[in-house]
Amino acid sequence: MIKAVMMMNTQGKPRLAKFYDFLPVEKQQELIRGVFSVLSSRPENVSNFLEIDSLFGPDSRLVYKHYATLYFVLVFDGSENELAMLDLIQVLVETLDKCFSNVCELDIVFNYSKMHTVLDEIVFGGQVLETRSDEVMKAVEEISK
Amino acid sequence: MEQLKTIGRELAMGSQGGFGQSKEFLDLVKSIGEARSKAEEDRIVLSEIDILKRKLLEPDIPKRKMKEYIIRLVYIEMLGHDASFGYIHAVKMTHDDNLLLKRTGYLAVTLFLNEDHDLIILIVNTIQKDLRSDNYLVVCAALNAICRLINEETIPAVLPQVVDLLNHHKEAVRKKAIMALHRFHRKSPSSVSHLISNFRKRLCDNDPGVMGATLCPLFDLITEDVASYKDLVSSFVSILKQVTERRLPKSYDYHQMPAPFIQIKLLKIMALLGSGDKSASEIMYMVLGDLFKKCDSSTNIGNAILYECIRSISCIIPSPKLLEAAADAISKFLKSDSHNLKYMGIDGLGRLIKISPDIAEQHQLAVIDCLEDPDDTLKRKTFELLYKMTKSSNVEVIVDRMIDYMISINDNHYKTEIASRCVELAEQFAPSNQWFIQIMNKVFEHAGDLVNIKVAHNLMRLIAEGFGEDDDDADSKLRLSAVESYLQIMSEPKLPSLFLQVISWVLGEYGTADGKYSASYISGKLCDVADAYSSDETVKGYAVSALMKIYAFEIASGRKVDVLPECQSLIEELLASHSTDLQQRAYELQALLALDARAVESILPLDASCEDIEFDKDLSFLNGYIQQAIESGAQPYISERERSGMLETTDYHSQDHHEVPSHALRFEAYERPKPSSLRTQASTELVPLPEPSYYSEAHQPISTSSVSERESSEIKLRLDGVKQKWGRPSYQSSTSASSTPPQAANGTSSHPDVGVGSSSLKPRSSYESKKPEIYPEKQRLAASLFGGSSSSRSDRKSSSGGHKPAKGTASKPPKENPIPVQPPPDLLDFGEPTATSVTATDPFKELEGLMDSSSQDGGSTDVMGVLYSDAAPVTTTTSVDSLLSELSDSSKGNPGTYQSQTSKGPNSQEALEKDALVRQMGVNPTSQNPTLFKDLLG
Repeated sequence: MIKAVMMMNTQGKPRLAKFYDFLPVEKQQELIRGVFSVLSSRPENVSNFLEIDSLFGPDSRLVYKHYATLYFVLVFDGSENELAMLDLIQVLVETLDKCFSNVCELDIVFNYSKMHTVLDEIVFGGQVLETRSDEVMKAVEEISK
Repeated sequence: MEQLKTIGRELAMGSQGGFGQSKEFLDLVKSIGEARSKAEEDRIVLSEIDILKRKLLEPDIPKRKMKEYIIRLVYIEMLGHDASFGYIHAVKMTHDDNLLLKRTGYLAVTLFLNEDHDLIILIVNTIQKDLRSDNYLVVCAALNAICRLINEETIPAVLPQVVDLLNHHKEAVRKKAIMALHRFHRKSPSSVSHLISNFRKRLCDNDPGVMGATLCPLFDLITEDVASYKDLVSSFVSILKQVTERRLPKSYDYHQMPAPFIQIKLLKIMALLGSGDKSASEIMYMVLGDLFKKCDSSTNIGNAILYECIRSISCIIPSPKLLEAAADAISKFLKSDSHNLKYMGIDGLGRLIKISPDIAEQHQLAVIDCLEDPDDTLKRKTFELLYKMTKSSNVEVIVDRMIDYMISINDNHYKTEIASRCVELAEQFAPSNQWFIQIMNKVFEHAGDLVNIKVAHNLMRLIAEGFGEDDDDADSKLRLSAVESYLQIMSEPKLPSLFLQVISWVLGEYGTADGKYSASYISGKLCDVADAYSSDETVKGYAVSALMKIYAFEIASGRKVDVLPECQSLIEELLASHSTDLQQRAYELQALLALDARAVESILPLDASCEDIEFDKDLSFLNGYIQQAIESGAQPYISERERSGMLETTDYHSQDHHEVPSHALRFEAYERPKPSSLRTQASTELVPLPEPSYYSEAHQPISTSSVSERESSEIKLRLDGVKQKWGRPSYQSSTSASSTPPQAANGTSSHPDVGVGSSSLKPRSSYESKKPEIYPEKQRLAASLFGGSSSSRSDRKSSSGGHKPAKGTASKPPKENPIPVQPPPDLLDFGEPTATSVTATDPFKELEGLMDSSSQDGGSTDVMGVLYSDAAPVTTTTSVDSLLSELSDSSKGNPGTYQSQTSKGPNSQEALEKDALVRQMGVNPTSQNPTLFKDLLG
């Protein structure tokens, strides 16, 4: 199960945060900060995986991808495959790219609710729902009609 | 540059359909983006909160505006500020008919509220309505919301609709309905247990997406209960086969792989089903073999599937051919340049190694490379692999590596983990004792305070017991090498507390054992430790106990003991310590120094930390004394069971006299609250001086008591239940406390305070030193039960009409708390005499006298029995105080006794006598300790 999806910029400002189990705001902030401090200390050209039990409890893994000024982060448990989660980030980014034609950090900030709509079509209640970005696009367009 | 982009985006915003945001929101985001510090950001957000609070109060806000405000609220909360003032508006928005507004409302509530929030109740109705909507988009929005907002209680409210939606004509709705049902199952399996068959049904859905969604709940269900899904093995295999043969629509391809996420889920399910099941595994061989051939290892997702195949093969009962294919795939991963693939390769290796242990050898070099990689994730994964493949032949290398890594990292969480792994491996595979001790030294030195305290106790035990062979020579060599290494390490600054405890203990036990080091050298070192870590009481306690052992061994061997001046000053300092435990130890040490060799040897025999200590639970050595007491008129012991019946009756009788005391309880409990710690300290520390004025006060109300019987009996009724519940356990706990020492006997028990000594003194000293441990805990419990932190003293005092008990109360354990609450005020009376009597050199004599007087009063005296069970273990203790506390405890734990006194009505003469005794008692009894000690030991 996916525990959280986060996007934050390279300064550590959260751009989107979604936790699939309820957490109080303070705890969310603590986790975002914790994740950022781990990510920002990672050197270039290393793996995209982290075991992050210290923040999210036992059997928690984290996959991240660094695009330009943004980190895309997925936190999940042992029932998911790390490489597949890395591709899920890819799916998300590809979809956003289609939505905003060449997505950048500002699109994400300014289209906060649309971001959530896209994400909700891909990950539903902590499970991967849809990985075809065309289908996601279709659904989002239908909603915003 | 960013500015330009921003403008561009703002211009483009018009084309964003319903998602466009207003200028104000953009300004907010921009100004936050430009904030230079967290403080500036906070300022901006706080002013935004003010603006929103104001705006939300305006009447008739246009819906478009409202939606915008809500998005701003969500944004604010994401930045970590409280937006709860606007929750209700988000809830209201979910009722809107407009889909976009409704979605915004749902989005906001799913982000804001947890499933137990009060506002949820306002949404459930809307969700029910929306689930029945004709517009499937509305239905989807509602399904999305229920995943987050529905809890166990509200599941039944929406369950029927969700189940209906499983057959919705839109596949998007069916998919989401399945996911929602899955979510319900996670939250409360029992509420949907009758619907599980629906998941099986949906597995055959025409739409591959719905089928794929069904795999998520099935994975969970199969994890819980493999056996009931064995029949699906062939279905899953055939689905996987069809997927790999590209029977699904082209649109399911992702990076040229057919429906990879479905494949991965299926492989995970197959791993579960094939685990330990030969026939199920065999069905899977074909398709797994095909997958290895078909997977495109040039794409990330292809490798994800390959890895999943390896994982499945390591779970099921594999064929040699598959193992070979998996090994090949792993070696490809390991040879790759990508750190991600190396990580997966190491992980796969760790899994496969359980089935074919020799597989790792082919990849030795690759593994070593990964170990030296700058990537931390990869390094840790490799350590995990090494941990799995540790044998006695490679343990030294692996543990050395682990320790080097442990020293290099700062992450305490992982440091703890790797330290415990080092310890585990060292304990399991250690090639030699010396090596083991070295490793443990390193672990303690660098991760000391992160190590489980059990590890320290294990180490102490190991050094004490040796390695189990009956080779005394080897054992003493081991000890010598430990002592030597510790003496060396001790000079290093800032050692972890736990390590110092081990060091002190070992030096105390074995520092002088083989004559290489002199007692004054070792004791000087121990004093240095106590000095250097003067803020750490546990370490100091260990050091003092070690000193005591060193001196004891010296005395026992007939040498003259020269207490170093620094030791002397340490002891003096500790005699006045605020810590009961330290004070206790210091007094014991002082007492011990005054004893002759024979006594010392029987108290602290050499190297006896592992000897079992036998307990005379029946306290038969007191028989003679009891006989004597009974002959001189004391009542025989009445067992607890018999006594409880009697208690009630005496209670009843004594009710009449308690109205006034019960008043006092209310007032005085507030007047003189005692911090709970004070009381525990008092048990071995200074004995509080009795206050005569108080005393007489206490008696006045009693003598004039028969004024308002009503009140008292009422109050008593209420408290009665409490007493019943607590009276008995309190009695028992005192006995159980005396039987606990065996566990503590070798000083390596898990109790930090216990490591007193390694000898026959231990049962007693640990008993005493334990008290402060047990009491605060119980006290807290008692405090929570009785709604205050008032110590038993204040409780009791008040119940007895302000009668302040002398010493006895001070050391009274909290378990007695409940008793004071019960009606009889005389409990105190009794406690006092006991206490006072003890001040005399022979407490028993005094007690005896006391007993006599009470029996003359015509009441039943259980004291004898109590003494019998409780006082005995204490008789030989160095400290009178603890004895006192025991006596008074036990006598108090036995309300029957004092009640009998009270039921006769207060005796003014008796009270006067007591008063005198209390005054006498003003002397600090601790000064008499050594004498008593000698008396008791003969």
